[in-house]
Amino acid sequence: MNRLCHYLRNYKKESVLGPLFKLLEALFDLFVPLVMASLIDKGIANSDKPYIAKMCILLVVLAIIGLTCSVTAQYFAAKAAAGFGSELRHDLFSHILTFQYSEVDRIGTSTLITRMTSDINQVQSCVNMSLRLLLRSPFIVVGALISAFFIDIKAALIFAVTIPVLAIIVYGIMLITMPMFKAVQSHLDQVMTRTRENLTGVRVIRAFNREGYELGEFEKENGLLYKSQQKTGFISGLTNPLTFIVINLATAWLIYAGALRIDGGLLTKGQLIAMVNYMTQILVELVKLANLIVMLTKALACFSRIEHVLDTETSMKDVKGEAPKDKNDTPFMEFSNVCLRYGDSSADSLSDISFSVKKGDIIGIIGGTGSGKSSLVNLIPRFYDITGGSIKLSGNELKAYPLNELRKKIGIVPQRSQLFSGTIRDNLRFGNPDATDEELWDAVRTAQGEEVVKGKENGLDSIVEQGGRNFSGGQKQRLTIARALVKKPEILILDDSSSALDFATDAALRHAIKDMKSAPTMFIVSQRTSSIQFADKIIVLDDGRAVGIGTHEELLDSCDIYKEIYDSQFKRPEEVLAEEARRKAKENGGVGA
Amino acid sequence: MRKKTLLKVIKRLKHYIPMLILSILFAALSVILQLYIPILIGEAVDTCVDAGKVDFIALKPILVTMLLVTLFAGVLQWLMNLANNKMTYGITRDIRNEAITKLERLPLSYLDAHSSGDTVSRIIADVDQFADGLLMGFTQLFTGLMTIVGTLVFMLKLDVKIALVVVLVTPLSLFVAAFIAKNTYHLFKKQSETRGEQTALIDEMIGGKKVVTAFNYEDRAIERFDEINERLKEASLKATFFSSLTNPCTRFVNNIVYLLVGVCGGFVCIKGGMTIGNLSSFLSYANQYTKPFNEISGVITELQNALVCAARVFEFIESEPEVANVPDAVVLTDETVTGEVEFSDVFFSYAKDKKLIEDLDVKVKPGQRVAIVGPTGAGKSTIINLLMRFYDVDRGTVSVSGHDIRNVKRESLRESFGMVLQETWLRSGTVRENIAYGNPDATEEEIVAAAKAAHAHSFIMRMKDGYDTVIDEDGENLSHGEKQLLCIARVMLNTPPMLILDEATSSIDTRTEVRIQRAFNKLMNGRTSFIVAHRLSTIREADIILVMKDGHVIEQGDHDSLLKADGFYAKLYNSQWA
Repeated sequence: MNRLCHYLRNYKKESVLGPLFKLLEALFDLFVPLVMASLIDKGIANSDKPYIAKMCILLVVLAIIGLTCSVTAQYFAAKAAAGFGSELRHDLFSHILTFQYSEVDRIGTSTLITRMTSDINQVQSCVNMSLRLLLRSPFIVVGALISAFFIDIKAALIFAVTIPVLAIIVYGIMLITMPMFKAVQSHLDQVMTRTRENLTGVRVIRAFNREGYELGEFEKENGLLYKSQQKTGFISGLTNPLTFIVINLATAWLIYAGALRIDGGLLTKGQLIAMVNYMTQILVELVKLANLIVMLTKALACFSRIEHVLDTETSMKDVKGEAPKDKNDTPFMEFSNVCLRYGDSSADSLSDISFSVKKGDIIGIIGGTGSGKSSLVNLIPRFYDITGGSIKLSGNELKAYPLNELRKKIGIVPQRSQLFSGTIRDNLRFGNPDATDEELWDAVRTAQGEEVVKGKENGLDSIVEQGGRNFSGGQKQRLTIARALVKKPEILILDDSSSALDFATDAALRHAIKDMKSAPTMFIVSQRTSSIQFADKIIVLDDGRAVGIGTHEELLDSCDIYKEIYDSQFKRPEEVLAEEARRKAKENGGVGA
Repeated sequence: MRKKTLLKVIKRLKHYIPMLILSILFAALSVILQLYIPILIGEAVDTCVDAGKVDFIALKPILVTMLLVTLFAGVLQWLMNLANNKMTYGITRDIRNEAITKLERLPLSYLDAHSSGDTVSRIIADVDQFADGLLMGFTQLFTGLMTIVGTLVFMLKLDVKIALVVVLVTPLSLFVAAFIAKNTYHLFKKQSETRGEQTALIDEMIGGKKVVTAFNYEDRAIERFDEINERLKEASLKATFFSSLTNPCTRFVNNIVYLLVGVCGGFVCIKGGMTIGNLSSFLSYANQYTKPFNEISGVITELQNALVCAARVFEFIESEPEVANVPDAVVLTDETVTGEVEFSDVFFSYAKDKKLIEDLDVKVKPGQRVAIVGPTGAGKSTIINLLMRFYDVDRGTVSVSGHDIRNVKRESLRESFGMVLQETWLRSGTVRENIAYGNPDATEEEIVAAAKAAHAHSFIMRMKDGYDTVIDEDGENLSHGEKQLLCIARVMLNTPPMLILDEATSSIDTRTEVRIQRAFNKLMNGRTSFIVAHRLSTIREADIILVMKDGHVIEQGDHDSLLKADGFYAKLYNSQWA
């Protein structure tokens, strides 16, 4: 709640004046029945035409003042709400951009996007409505009550009984139906899941001729949804009839009590009519208030989700200032006893990995799914921080570099090729906004993407649609490689990023990078031995451990897992199996001997 | 267009006609009773002449009547709500069922051309919106109209002149509301456009957060964001403010009506034309008369919106279904399938202007293995689409066991193929249900045997509940390799005479791949198989290799003859050792 007000800080004036003018308007609204009462009692009863005219002018003035106040209030409310939304959006967006990989992993991208968009929109429109109505409705209810007391204390006691009864009915029904609406929502989700499954699995469903079965399942879910909707409607449909009945019963009671008071000369006819009017006003405002409260609860839930994101601080510590000086006589990079454990997982994803890298080396990293290949290269630009050991770059700990200085040195081609909407040029300049066209073309040529860019009508100015959907997988991959090269990185990381390229292109790419003027030190992650077998050093990972480090030939001799991977790609499975069986037999024999 | 949609909605209302009649009846009765109350209040007020002169004998029956009327009106209103719920949700249920029935019969060409997100949103969100609009229409349109008519009648009965004043001034409030709505439309459009622009940026920057981080793009992202944000603030201020003028303005007009009635009524009262009780009834009618007008204008926009949504669902429901089976279609059985497959003079393309497969001739003898190779996006899955008759050829024939597949009963054709795709689709449900997907009557032994044959048994047993483990949507609790093994087990259980396999690529580690390969090999034994192949060993062993590039089959033959031909295949193959 404090946080909510915080975002209104630059709109203090608006957020005070908005409700204030709304209250003024309400005040004039409350006057109307009173004026009408005296018009009836004094004007009509005494046939006093000038008095009627006077009251008439008073009513017009009240209406005009009411209109002015209300328009002013709407303006201030709209301005405060728009400002609120805009500042909250800016803050949240900048905050999300400070997140590192681990926060993005934990919270999830789609969640972050919903927080940024629909959640903030909900809160913004609720702020707008609240500034307008949150004070007004209770004020009118209370005001009507007070005015009623003002007219006649005894008759007004009926109000004091009716208002709580109405409140209990409205909120009681709301409380009962809230979980029912949730149930409806979850049934709807089920129906949606079925629909989506039917679409994504259409080929399998048809291949197995299971259309009829799927249809039956869908109809079952759909029937459940229908039932829960009926059940909810049964209760929520009571709100209006019940409030209507209570208000009219109260009115009848009011008239009877009023009649007794009139008979005793304590009340006039006009006053009675005014009180009946107040009763109607109360009904209208209570219904509005109930709707507002539903909206408010939803918006508060949205805001607490936003707050949760705002309260998440990145765990990665950054140093300010300049990059430390390179030290002489040290290897370009040195990994010693590196360990990594993600978040609250119980096991290390990488354990005890040590190797060193010379400037200009090509390092190949290979291993099965989940063996820690990507984790290892993600440590270099500090996407994740190591949880043990050390990584040194030019003799300095990675943590000694300011994050953006460190990342300036590194070009990364991620597993998933992701382009952004804009032109090809915008995309290539993503990491180096000052690159010249010539530099861009150089990078594109090295990345084997010249055909891709030239094949598009406007060359570098060709439009990239959102998500790069007007490019094929292979084309995207080449452009993301070029994008990394435009940075002129000292270190280039290819994270399994040539998988969409055919063998020939993959090879040409590797040669072209090697031939670059200042060839970067390269880390190549791959599943294919063919992509890394020419590396200066190959690191074979298995379950987070380095089970082999060496060149292709050395590893074929010394590392069983490397050999196994190699064989599985270049030999028939029967051969692999036979060999495995032979080895097992030998091992067993060895034990027996 | 709108009229047509309306007719379609009405057609679907047919089953609900008794409900509809009840609903209208309840609405009419409840409104009349509700409108009678101000008259009763007026009469009650008139019994209170002055101090000491209150006619309690007349007052009491009036109040009793008022109690009864209130109770009846309330109950009727509730009954009307129930009838409306039944109709609305009944129709939406029917439409959704209709849509899914359609979905099962739509040709793949439709489903491939439309994003599944769009279809889901038609069936879920649009139908929901339609239901909301319809419900609001039923509840508020009838009662609104009844209220207007009813009030008018009651007012005319009380006093013609004042009634005319009300009738003449009220349209002013409608006019004001319509004027504001018309002029704020473009402001809202502007707001939602800017919002869309911003969402697109957010989508990209947060969706691509990792790239943004890697390239130090944060500051430039914020700069771009703030520029849009500033415009959004302006647009949203304007849209919110101008649209929020509706309420004060119509309320102002209503106040004027109220005032006019009070004043005119006052003068009539002085002349003795009516009683003060009459005047009080009149005042509350004046209040009630304007409200339904505002509501109805809201309902009409809502209904229009609902019709637009309905039109989108109907468009889906009415799209052309798959061609029906020919009258005396051949039924393939395990006995009649020889395993012979032939493509002759086949032409096919997804879009008329983009040629794809031209003049393809392939002859596959029973039990042969056909490997389909080529770079990603070369159109390898097109062959599968034609074999399974997900798509029909443009020219030429595909025949299975000597029958043109267009003359074969579609279900029996598909039953004679076992298919394992690289995109592993599992249904939400247990492991057991998934394996038995094609054969729900399979016994426990058969299921376990299939799982063992697919090398899936051991990892299934390692899962929390074994065969009863529930696979959540998209199978996120399984690795890709495990999913593929389950898909193989699913086919193993059915043991169809022919196979279509799509080999896994890089997303599976090579050792899992060896297991999958073993399972594949077992499956292919003695069966005609089509394999989208990535592994050289599979390719080398195939009887026929179809080399595809850019949608065309550019080379065809076995490994040795293709190497000798020294074409694209040879280049691909040799680059492995480059």
